[in-house]
Amino acid sequence: MLTLSHFLILGAILFCISIAGIFLNRKNIIILLMAIELMLLAVNMNFIAFSHFLGDVQGQIFVFFILTVAAAEASIGLAILVVLFRNKRTINVADIDSLKG
Amino acid sequence: MTFEELVFYFFSAILVFAATMVVFIKKPVHAALYLVLAFFSSAGVWLLLDAEFLAITLVLVYVGAVMVLFLFVVMMLDINLSPLREGFARYLPAGLLIGLVVLAELAYVYTRDYFGPERFPNPGHHPEDYSNTAELGSRLYTEHFLGFELAAVILLVAIIAAIALTLRPKRMSKYVRPEDQVVITRKGRVKLVDPKTDKTEG
Repeated sequence: MLTLSHFLILGAILFCISIAGIFLNRKNIIILLMAIELMLLAVNMNFIAFSHFLGDVQGQIFVFFILTVAAAEASIGLAILVVLFRNKRTINVADIDSLKG
Repeated sequence: MTFEELVFYFFSAILVFAATMVVFIKKPVHAALYLVLAFFSSAGVWLLLDAEFLAITLVLVYVGAVMVLFLFVVMMLDINLSPLREGFARYLPAGLLIGLVVLAELAYVYTRDYFGPERFPNPGHHPEDYSNTAELGSRLYTEHFLGFELAAVILLVAIIAAIALTLRPKRMSKYVRPEDQVVITRKGRVKLVDPKTDKTEG
């Protein structure tokens, strides 16, 4: 019988893979955006698992909103990426230092 | 092992494999394609959890729109990959260590009996005539109507922002800019040349 822990641990594994991915690919903005998408997927997995095991559809509604915001975030992030590449001919995070922060 | 467990382990094995490949693979195009695979298999896991509407939305919206956008951008940009990969081996131990520590912490909590079958017994599946979409819709349009409208506004803002960021205004016709025309002086327009007449031949 599948228990809640099965799904929670699957979400945890996904989340840890994406955390490791952010550390490993910290030069490449595209892979960073993909790792963020994976993180959101892991969070959504937890929400849906709890929604099923608590018998409450509220969690699925929250996942609906997360999907909306993630789609908006991805589109604006990619638009910024395109403008960045057009202006600086690079997407390397190490080269984007004109603010000297 | 029941059939459901078999399906769960099948989809989660593919999901974990695809997520690992997204992180470790060299080419961004391949990473995007593996992310598509990850979304597909997690849609399968969500179907096991009776979230049919969200599983279909994940495939339609994420695979159909967001990942195609990702692929489009990755293929459009002409990226030199070698400087982006430097430091990968250097950060590998730190990244793996932090990932494993977080995983160990989470697994420690999850495998205690807080989330075990005694507290959260498997509720089983809904009857056949239950519609997940109808249930979500009826809750969304009544209790969460404000949030729904706000989500629509966020999407509108995203559309406008993405277009405004990437739009390059194109000159369709030749014209003189008025501000340049007003400040023109004689010096800018008239050029006096001294024609050298050839006196030796005449």
